[in-house]
Amino acid sequence: MVENLDPVLLARIQFTFTVAFHIIFPAFTIGLASWLAVVEWRWLKTGNTVYQEVYRMWVKIFAVTFGMGVVSGVVMSFQFGTNWSVFSDKVGNIFGPLLGFEVLTAFFLEASFLGIMLFGWNRVSPKMHFASTIIVAVGTLLSAFWILAANSWMQTPQGFRLGEHGLLYPTNWFQVIFTPSFPYRFMHMVTAAYLTTAFVVGGIGAYYLWRNLHVSHARVMFGMAMIMAIFVAPLQLVLGDLHGLNTLEHQPAKVSAIEGIWETEHGAALRLFGWPDQEEETTKYAVEIPKLSSLILTHSLDGEVKGLKEWPREDRPPVVWVFWSFRIMVGMGVLMILTGVMAAILYWRKKLFDTRWFHYWCMALTPAGFIAVISGWCVTEIGRQPYVAYGVIRTAESVSPVPGPHIALSLVAFIVTYLFIFGAGSYYILRLIAKGPASEEEAYGAHGVDKPPLVSDIA
Amino acid sequence: MFSFASFLDLPIVWFGLIATAVLLYVLLDGFDLGVGILFPFAPSDECRDRMMNSVAPFWDGNETWLVLGGGGLFAAFPLAYAVLMPALYIPVIIMLLGLIFRGVAFEFRFKATGKSRRVWDYSFHFGSLVATFMQGMFLGGLVQGVQVEGRSFAGGPFDWLTGFSVMTGFALVCGYGLLGATWVVMKTDGTTQEWARKCANYLLIYVAFFMALVSLIMPFINADIKKLWFTSPTFFMLLPVPLLTIAMFITIWRDLHKKREYRPFILSAGVFLMGYIGLAVSLWPHVVPFKITIWQAAAVAESQSLLLVGTVLLLPVILGYVGYSYYIFRGKASHEPIY
Repeated sequence: MVENLDPVLLARIQFTFTVAFHIIFPAFTIGLASWLAVVEWRWLKTGNTVYQEVYRMWVKIFAVTFGMGVVSGVVMSFQFGTNWSVFSDKVGNIFGPLLGFEVLTAFFLEASFLGIMLFGWNRVSPKMHFASTIIVAVGTLLSAFWILAANSWMQTPQGFRLGEHGLLYPTNWFQVIFTPSFPYRFMHMVTAAYLTTAFVVGGIGAYYLWRNLHVSHARVMFGMAMIMAIFVAPLQLVLGDLHGLNTLEHQPAKVSAIEGIWETEHGAALRLFGWPDQEEETTKYAVEIPKLSSLILTHSLDGEVKGLKEWPREDRPPVVWVFWSFRIMVGMGVLMILTGVMAAILYWRKKLFDTRWFHYWCMALTPAGFIAVISGWCVTEIGRQPYVAYGVIRTAESVSPVPGPHIALSLVAFIVTYLFIFGAGSYYILRLIAKGPASEEEAYGAHGVDKPPLVSDIA
Repeated sequence: MFSFASFLDLPIVWFGLIATAVLLYVLLDGFDLGVGILFPFAPSDECRDRMMNSVAPFWDGNETWLVLGGGGLFAAFPLAYAVLMPALYIPVIIMLLGLIFRGVAFEFRFKATGKSRRVWDYSFHFGSLVATFMQGMFLGGLVQGVQVEGRSFAGGPFDWLTGFSVMTGFALVCGYGLLGATWVVMKTDGTTQEWARKCANYLLIYVAFFMALVSLIMPFINADIKKLWFTSPTFFMLLPVPLLTIAMFITIWRDLHKKREYRPFILSAGVFLMGYIGLAVSLWPHVVPFKITIWQAAAVAESQSLLLVGTVLLLPVILGYVGYSYYIFRGKASHEPIY
């Protein structure tokens, strides 16, 4: 039985698992780094120690998350070679420099200044410390820039020519980096990261308010998070819509899969729910809203929406996955926007900080961002199938000459390791949350570093 | 589209750059992996805290050089990356898992209390040990050559596993152990330092033994290597490498007995440099021994040129702030948190 394991499918599952696990951490640290910079700025500006204590609590959580992000990121830099060596060989000329620039511009920056951010309190001036926080935040954004440029190139490849041995050669670097889908994907992802962080911070703040603990700290966390929910969650809807229209232009098959539409239609209905059947080429049990799909995609009631049957069977993505991942992502987005609306109403009625059911609601939505990010990536990556570089290289032709059982074994090893590490990491983060912001304890920790200076010592 | 190919031999430039990145990785992550290897043997928990404190601000920066080595190889020599990674599939995966276990230990260990702290002590130790052993093994496997057909790896999944590669695995464990021990001598004092000095003494003997052994075996692996090291004029040109190595070993030995604190670490790094030069010269100009040369594996000149611009601009900046962070955390690491 083991001999029959399909190396392509296993390599795909392994990549999906390692990258989905990895993205949890950057999605959180991108937002958290920026937020910590804001909190530290508020502290230096106002001298209010509440900000400092909030910073100190969250920088420890940042450290744990960042550590897990680093180790799972090192794995990613080898995945292309170990499992997708043919792809690496073919696109190395184009893909390599993008990843190289990520390491050069972002990773060293983050790694070096993170050390100062965590352990440098009494070794550098508060201004230098603040600068380090900002530099780390900028580093996370630079890293997102390059990795999303690389990913967007796989989605909408351009600026290259095909040469001997099926290798790709760059012809225009600007086109390679700024592919048509890149600006949309970058904006959508960075906003997603900010929202993810906001809902985690907001959820923890809500928990403290609900339990009536660390109230002044909780108000900072909860209040800032709700500002994000009110203003940024609706913005994300607009960005997502723009991104979708861009996908319709460049990867229409992906959009057809999202919509679960098989026949090309004018005035197509929006299938709210249903079960797309790849074999029978139909979406079963569909709950439809007439004309809405055409309206969303073409901004006209009778616009044409292409069905999946326009493409040969072997060129279609796995529809069920794309269809449902998309609905989960949008569902989370709707809940976030709803949270923002409710927060605005409660704020206007001056009840934002003491409405218990709303605190409970926000606690429940703590993981909303992570769920949205992972399902969003499933939409775009599974929707890219059966290609690894859309329209240019097929996934099935990209895999390494490694036997199936070896990939299966390494996959199991990754799963076991990651679950263990993730379990432990979550446990320590939960303990940091349980301890709360004000408590004096070792952690700065315990790396032999003094506690941060008081603001009165600085001036 | 621009290219520097008309006046630069780009593959040679890139070979130099990647070789430098890998060397920096070996030296920098070498000492913090070495600290992990020695970890459970330290005389007390207080010593262990201190050892960990001495590397905590640096480890992820150090590991970034590995990402640069891997990423750089992908960018500048994609064919070599595409051949070597499947060839070394199992040891690479095991190394990565080892690096995960040791990397998270830095954060988790200080958050754990009571018995669970032991879990992360051993996670740090075994992660470091296994990652080092695997790196040593793929060094050994590489030196013995890789089977290639067309543009992909054509050997078996266990080609890298030989008596020689097991030996180089042990050799690297001792080597990183020496770097770690001399680092601890430099960054601590008192009992921790005393103990590390003793470790360094023993490890120095093992490292000398393994380096001699590898040097003796290498010429029998490949006729070109034998010719390079044992015929004139290259014999005389390369003679300084073994002579300097011997001189360094003797100086480290005497420094350790005279209780010097800084020079043993710097000279241990020097010993690594010599071994590295010896290897690089032996394998030159292959990037996949002994099948693919740097010119065959090179990415197209436009790609190498673009990344070269970035590297020339950014590498000095990177070295600058890496140096700055080492400067900020200079001096002896403390036993415990000061409040």
